[in-house]
Amino acid sequence: MTATLATPRRAPAASAGARRRVVALVVAVVAVLLAVLLSLAFGSRPVTVDQVVEGITTWLRGETPTDIGAIAVQSRIPRTVVALLAGSALALSGALMQAITRNPLADPGILGVNTGAALAVVIGIAFFGLSSAAGYLVLALIGAFVTAFFVYFVGSVGPGGTTPIKLALAGAATTAALSSLVAAILLPRQAVMDEFRYWQVGNVGRADWGSLGVVLPVLVIGTIVALLCASALNALALGDDVAVGLGVHVGRIRVVAAVAGVGLCAAVTAIAGPIGFVGLMVPHAVRLVAGTDQRWLLPLSALGGAVLLTLADTIGRVIGSPGEVEAGIITAFLGAPVLIAIARRTRMKAL
Amino acid sequence: MAALLDSLPAVSDADVERVRAGRRRRSRRRTVALVVLSVLAVALFAAMLMLGNTIYPVSDVLAVLRGEDVSGASFAVGTLRLPRALTAVLAGAAFGVAGSTFQTMLRNPLASPDVIGITSGASAAAVLSIVVLKWSGTATMGLSLAVGILTALVIYLAARGGDSTGGRLILIGIGVGAMLDSVVAYLLLKAAVWDLAVATRWMTGSLNGSRMEDILPLAIAVVVLVPIVLFLARDLGALELGDSWATALGVRVDRTRVLLVVAAVALACVATATTGPIAFVAFLAGPIAARIVGPGSSVVLPAALTGACLVLAADLLGQFAFDTKFPVGVITGILGAPYLIYLLVRTSRRGGSA
Repeated sequence: MTATLATPRRAPAASAGARRRVVALVVAVVAVLLAVLLSLAFGSRPVTVDQVVEGITTWLRGETPTDIGAIAVQSRIPRTVVALLAGSALALSGALMQAITRNPLADPGILGVNTGAALAVVIGIAFFGLSSAAGYLVLALIGAFVTAFFVYFVGSVGPGGTTPIKLALAGAATTAALSSLVAAILLPRQAVMDEFRYWQVGNVGRADWGSLGVVLPVLVIGTIVALLCASALNALALGDDVAVGLGVHVGRIRVVAAVAGVGLCAAVTAIAGPIGFVGLMVPHAVRLVAGTDQRWLLPLSALGGAVLLTLADTIGRVIGSPGEVEAGIITAFLGAPVLIAIARRTRMKAL
Repeated sequence: MAALLDSLPAVSDADVERVRAGRRRRSRRRTVALVVLSVLAVALFAAMLMLGNTIYPVSDVLAVLRGEDVSGASFAVGTLRLPRALTAVLAGAAFGVAGSTFQTMLRNPLASPDVIGITSGASAAAVLSIVVLKWSGTATMGLSLAVGILTALVIYLAARGGDSTGGRLILIGIGVGAMLDSVVAYLLLKAAVWDLAVATRWMTGSLNGSRMEDILPLAIAVVVLVPIVLFLARDLGALELGDSWATALGVRVDRTRVLLVVAAVALACVATATTGPIAFVAFLAGPIAARIVGPGSSVVLPAALTGACLVLAADLLGQFAFDTKFPVGVITGILGAPYLIYLLVRTSRRGGSA
């Protein structure tokens, strides 16, 4: 049944759309490579192209370079990888949530998922003496899931279903309540506070290979599940009744996609802290270029998210030199205007 | 015209009497509510002055207030507790009036300055000024005010045009607020003076370390602006009916609205620059006050009193109810958010779109 959906009539418009999507894919891949190069080359210490090449080749051979520029390049490799993976996971997560809720504003930051993860981690550090990356991850996942479902529930009460405003407000209220709880737990515990303060701002530069290794399985499984859900999500976009008619298990696909979406952003939050707006911006930008077909939207969003977060991190390092402006700040600044644009374009009640 | 009047059902004396009785009942309820709120505020204020590490009797507190020198009490009550209690009253009143004005004007209980990001703007400006630039109190007030008004203007301009501006305005405000909150978090992270008191003040609001000399701008703002809002409250009631009704009733809609917005934003910003954005007071005071005084009367004054009571009560709770002393914003945040969610669920159940 989905096969007939997958092969629409070869109208000229459709083939033009297909060409556009292929072009978009090529552009996205090139952009990822460019972003990686920029991320390696720029930072508080500018390096030459030769040093970038030397840094990468010595890293691939497992050697430590002697040249200081090449060493700088090598030290930028982990954060570049984290930015790529985190960005793609956040964008995928946003795209999934938007597809499930049929709501343009679904984003891990707006839904309060980040704060939920943060609260769970704080509870873990403060009450259970937690200090391992694996422990953080498990708690962040639990906190993210509970919060996401709570916010979605509150935002969907009533005859209208989830509307952008209800969802955004439920998220804002929950975020406020949870951050008050975070403050209440932290205040009597200065030691935890010191450990936690960096959590307030999302940053890819803190993560190392060890913590990345812990969350990598979640990221990989989440991405695969997300991509497998694509055609079912296409059917879901036609409305629940049509989707059922097309042989889609609506309830099951919602739960699977939601778990994948929340899992992806919770994993990112566990290693990089709260990074908002990536999940909001990227799918919308991709939709403008490549249309609403989830089989293209999801992979292109993943690539776009990787580009966006890697560039945001690079920009943050350049303008914050010799320190850095955290990537989470940059995405918030880029994201708010996009949110305004979306809010202006959409009819508020419908969707 | 005469024909129209003839076609209306005759109004009997009994009807007139019933309407009058209703009006009297509502006005009596309002008076009672105002008296009760005032008494409550005074009682909480007195409790703030009396309670602490050492509990001073009323006579000592009164003596200190009269300017007499009472050993121990002069410092504890006069220097520590009085500024704190005064700040609580003034900030609560300012937030309450600002919130209820926005809510009434935009006809939406969710459209208070703390939900739509205006206090976040003021807070970001205050952090920049105090923590980073090390400016003085007056300059801080000015910058907070300017940034707060700018934030309101940006949100208003971005939300203008098309239908259903109210919902869009709230949505855009939440987005802008999220951006400004991240600025606050960033500035605090970078300032290298990370200490708990500073951080909690600018993130959730706190009365710790209130000093007499910092109160003046807030006191001036409340004394000047609250009467202006009270004076315009009648027009505000007409605005609540919608622009065309308000115009028909002889309200200069645009002028009234600009004056009210500027006054409300200024109150919220000055209060934020003094205590930090005390979570949810602006949002809660109006609806609670409306429920207490009942329908059909201005909520400006009740909202001011309710705001003051909220801040005083939350600060007393934060200081004395737990082993750790919590700043007032943590308490109002934990209490206020469930109410926001309740309001949201209730509005949704009725089929409204918030």
